Formats: sequence, structure tokens, C-alpha cells
Amino acid sequence: MEKRVVFNNRWLPYLLVAPQLLVTFVFFFWPAGQAIYQSAFIPDPFGLKTQFVGLGNFEYLFGNRYYLESFFTTAIFSVLVTVSSMSFALWLAVLADRVIKGSSAYRTLLIWPYAVAPAIAGVLWLFMFNPFTGIIAWMLFQVGYVWNHNLDGGQAMALVVAASAWKQISYNFLFFLAGLQAIPKSVIEAAAIDGASFWRRFWTIIFPLLSPTTFFLLVVNVIYAFFDTFGVIHTITQGGPQQSTTILVYKVFADGFVGQDLGSSAAQSVVLLVLVGILTVVQFRFIERRVHY
Amino acid sequence: MKKYIAAGLVAALMSSVAPASAATQIEFWHAFTGRLGELLDEQVAKFNASQSDYTVVATNKGNYSETLNAGIAAFRAGEQPDVLQVFEVGTATMMAAEGAIKPVYEVMADSGLPFDQSVYLAAVAGYYTTTDGQMLSLPYNSSTPVLYVNKDALKAAGLDPEMDLSTWEMVGTALDALKESGSKCPLTTAWQSWVHLENLSAYHNVPFASKENGFGGLDTELSFNGDVQVKHIDTLGQWAKDGKFIYSGRRNEGGAPFRAGECALFTESSAGYAGVKKEATFDFAIRPLPYWSDVEGAPQNTIIGGASLWVLEGQTAEEYKGVAAFFNFLSSSDIQAKWHQDTGYLPITMAAYEATKASGFYGENPGTDISIIQMTGKAPTANSKGLRLGNFDQIRGIIDEELEGVWNGAKSAKDALDSAVSRGDELLRRFEQANR
Repeated sequence: MEKRVVFNNRWLPYLLVAPQLLVTFVFFFWPAGQAIYQSAFIPDPFGLKTQFVGLGNFEYLFGNRYYLESFFTTAIFSVLVTVSSMSFALWLAVLADRVIKGSSAYRTLLIWPYAVAPAIAGVLWLFMFNPFTGIIAWMLFQVGYVWNHNLDGGQAMALVVAASAWKQISYNFLFFLAGLQAIPKSVIEAAAIDGASFWRRFWTIIFPLLSPTTFFLLVVNVIYAFFDTFGVIHTITQGGPQQSTTILVYKVFADGFVGQDLGSSAAQSVVLLVLVGILTVVQFRFIERRVHY
Repeated sequence: MKKYIAAGLVAALMSSVAPASAATQIEFWHAFTGRLGELLDEQVAKFNASQSDYTVVATNKGNYSETLNAGIAAFRAGEQPDVLQVFEVGTATMMAAEGAIKPVYEVMADSGLPFDQSVYLAAVAGYYTTTDGQMLSLPYNSSTPVLYVNKDALKAAGLDPEMDLSTWEMVGTALDALKESGSKCPLTTAWQSWVHLENLSAYHNVPFASKENGFGGLDTELSFNGDVQVKHIDTLGQWAKDGKFIYSGRRNEGGAPFRAGECALFTESSAGYAGVKKEATFDFAIRPLPYWSDVEGAPQNTIIGGASLWVLEGQTAEEYKGVAAFFNFLSSSDIQAKWHQDTGYLPITMAAYEATKASGFYGENPGTDISIIQMTGKAPTANSKGLRLGNFDQIRGIIDEELEGVWNGAKSAKDALDSAVSRGDELLRRFEQANR
């Protein structure tokens, strides 16, 4: 007997997925197509005249040393944001998972920062680290460390990473906690009875069983670091000092919306599109193999 | 064409329905919030109350960049306002947009209202005027950099608080004394590119860019890596190394520590006056921007920053008439004098300056006339008329980056300025290409 459920009507399945396809087309494929189309032109801001340049915009981009350096900056930034926000969130989730009294209060409090918009998060961190008036900058000065992220590229990077990662910790925490609670208690208890220490239980049971969640968060966090962090960078460093925090997506914004150079901005979007495509393929091809479902 | 016919039909239909006395609406998009926004709304309300033919509707569209973007996006959608406030670095972008803008001299001529360009301060209006003297946009808020002095800090360092600080050499001596006495922030600045390169060049009558700083054509090339600029940036770099010049950020972040009394000297826009006056708990003074005494012809005049009002294409003749009436109202000496006194921005006409002088305002607020004297002391030259460079917002970003390299000791002044010039030139060529 045929066990699969099959639609008899040839068109019904297409009809049923049509709304989703339509949304995907209107909000994803159409803008992406526009970006690809526009990347072949140099228009003036008002759209009065435009010139076809073929691959000229790409040649201009890749002939620019600072654009190439921006790839490197983006890589460092994304790795730091992803690793720090995920590891910190996992640590918090493990702790919150073991709390018995008042656990819901802890969880709610830990989720709050997610509701803060990136630009606001940037401003909050900027206040604390303002080289002149920031409280943390002042404390650092008391112990003999001079904080001035306006001039020190390393400090600027640390600050934008901290602000971006802090915001994402809540989101990661939520998923890690759900993941932890889905692990059968009996497995862990059995290991405990066998005399496995907490760390041994964590590395041999919990962490592998948590891998689908970790993988999902890895993908989400990398995309977050690539695309959603420009508000933080815009408010804290504007890409400086000396481009040390200019990540690719910030450059798209700066060239397109500050510089009105829509051709170059479109070309950069296309580059990003390709880059994220490659990254996602790599993640699913090579990292997902190590995930146990 | 179709659009115009449709618009005409709609207009005809509207006029037949609406009572004949209905006022024509003038859309005005601006970038002012807070106190400045209130003062702007006040001006608009006064204009609306003063006559019944036109109603100006002022709308805030965010900061300068956002307002410009909103105007551009609206133009692309055919929904543009009549009047758009654009910051001075957007001037070249607007100018190049033939077909999107209607020059102010044309609007005024078409309206038949009186319009005499000679009443405007040449140093202010010149920034927004073509090389053959036609006004393209109406100067609205303009300021120029001056030196703010914390007199108490000078006293604490054992200096005469009234000491002469008109040259950078003298400033250097004061900085030595301040540093020696343990000042944490002897000198800081706002808007480093605007003050220490753009105005420095104009003030010492050396070119910032070729072709009359870009007024003469899109094929201009940057030239702010000359001797005067290199010497100045090199000196500042040395001061930064010695802890005498403290870099506080690309915009006006330096304002907070100065107003809090931490910094002794501060180069900032004359429009920063209201804030300093409100918050400073110490005795302060406004001084002219210092110059290098060994440069021949210095001090020339400084140039402005701020914004002007642009009229956009594609509106009815009736609306343009309203715009002309509004601009005449804004240029009247009462309105200008009040604006100048309330905000610290420059008046745009000589008459408003005279009126302010006559009212005794400068006597009660010493130093508030320094900006005007500094700008009008000498007739502007090709090097001090202003700047008209495409992609200039981004070029300023490049200058900021390179200067940061000097302040943290990573680059020499010469290397940084050479690099800024060659990177900036690339952007100028790109702008030239987009507007060919």
C-alpha cells in the first residue's frame, strides 16, 4: 500500500506554497535582482542620468586596498562577535538551567537586552566608554590604563564587538536554554550515577546533544554579525579610527546613504550576497556533518 | 508630460472646488530638532501669520544626511518638497543635479519680487553662488570656526587670561605652560577637517583643491597637502604626542569636556556659543581662529559651514512664488538679527549685522561678533570663497581617518595628507563620472 500522502490535484500544492513564494520573491529575489542590475551602472543620486559601466564598479572596488582590508576586518569582527556571544550565552544558560529557585525571574532578566535596538546598545556602551566622561574609561584610568577608542583601533574593535555581542547574548541564551531543557534528564543522571564529573557530563553528553542548537545559532550569529551590527558601528565609531572597524555592511551603508554612490553600494551588496551564499554553503556542507540530530 | 497634464487637471479641479482664498502650501523639509527646530518653527509661524496667500509646512526629516536622502528619494518618487535644507558638503551634489533643482536667482526673478544679491554677506552667500555670481541656494544657517578659551584654566596655569592668542605660535607657548601646570586637556577641537584643513587653507589663502576649490569645474583635484597644511598638521601631531592636543572625535565630541572645564582651549563652530554659554561654570572668551604668522597674507578670511535652502524642480508657478515670498521674509533683517542672536549662526545680510550691532547685543555678549569680523575682514579670494567638491562627505571621512593616523603617531603629517589627497581624488573622479 502507498504510504505517502499524495495530492491528486496537480496545481493545489503550487497554490498552497504560492503565498510563501510570493513573499520570497517580492522581498528577497526582486531586491537582490535590482542590486545586481544596478551594480552595472553609475547613476547620479537623483536618478536623472545613469551610465552603463559593466563590471566597472567591481573593478573600482577590488582596485581599492581599503575595500580588501575591509574583508579582513569583517572576518575578525564576525568571529569575535559570534564566539564571544555564543560562549557567554552558553555559560549563562548552563547556570540558569541549574537554578531551581526563581529561575523564571533570572531567565526573563537575561532575555531583556534583546529588546534593545542595536543603535541604542551602541549609545549605551559609548556612554560607559566615552574617553572623557565614561565611567569605565575613568575606572580604567584609575588603574593606569588609558582608554581612547577614538585613536586606538584595537580598543575600538573591542568596544564594537562587546556592544554587538552583548545584544546577541540574550537571543543565544534563549535557544541554548531551550536546548538544554530538551536533553533527557535520565541520560545525565545515569552518567552522574556512573561517577562522571560535571565537566565530563558537559563535554560528552550535553555539548554533543546540544549541537543542533549550536549549529543553528552559529548560522544566525554569523548573519547577525554581517548584517545587523551596522547600527552599533555607526553610533560608536563610524568605522574608525582609520577604518579599523569598517566592516563590509557598514561600507555599503556609508557609500550608499552617506556618499550617495549607489553604483558602488549596489556592487558591494552583490559581493556580500555572494559571500554570505558561500559562507552558508560552507556551514551546511562541512560543519553540519558534525551535528548530531 | 503626462504627469504635468494630470497635475494640471487635478489643480484645475481643486481650484474649482476650493474657495478662492485657500492658501498655497509650501513644503519645507529640514534637519533641525530641539532648540533649533523650535526657532525654525517660530519663523515659519511668523511667516504664515504675516500673509494669507501661502502656508509653509515645515517637517523635520532627521539629521542632515537623512534629510538629503529623504529629499532625493522623494524626488525619485515625484513627491519632492518645494524647499529642502541641505548641508554645505552636499552643495556640489545639489548643484550637479540639473533638472532636480531650481536655482534661487531664477525663483526670485520669476516671482517678480525684489531681490538684490548684493545685500547678502559675500563671504556667506559666496559659498552658494556660481562663479559668475548667481545665487543657487539661500544661505540659512552658517557658522565659522573660532577659538573658545577657558580663562580660569589659563589663570590656573599662571598665564594672563587676556593674553594674545591670535597666532598658533602664541597658542604653542600657552600650551607649554598649560601642560607644565598639569592640564589634562590643553587643546581639543571639533570638526577637525573643517577647522584644521578646510578653514586653515582659506585662512592662509592657499588652495584646498584646484579649479578655485572646485567652483571652476568637476575636474578639480585636491591640493591640501601643501606646505602650510603639512606644517600645521605636523605641529598638531607633535602636540598630540606631547599630550597638549587631545583628540576627542570626528564631530563635536570635544564640546562636552570643554564645557565641563576640562579643556583649556577649543576650536569649534561659532554656533557652539549657545551651548557653552548655557553650561560653562567658568569664565570663557571667544577669540578669532589663530593663524601662522609666518604665512604671507594670513589671516585671509575663514569659510562657513552649515546649511542652505534649495528649491526643487517640478512644482507649480504659484508655489515658487510662495517660496520667493518666504525667502524674502527669511532674509529680512529682523528675522536674521533674531536668528543670529538666538543661535550664534551668522546673519546672512549686512543689514542684520548692523541691526544687531545697534541693539547693543555684541556689548552684552562679547565675542559674538568675532565670527563675522573674521569672515568679512578681507574680500574672499579664489582660495577662500568656499569649497565645492563632489562626494565631499566621504572625502571628509577619509581626511578624518588619515588625521587619526597622525594623532596616534602611526603616520607622518606629510604621508597622511598625501594619502588623503590621492584617496579623495579617486572619489572626485567617481563623482565626475557619475555627473558627466
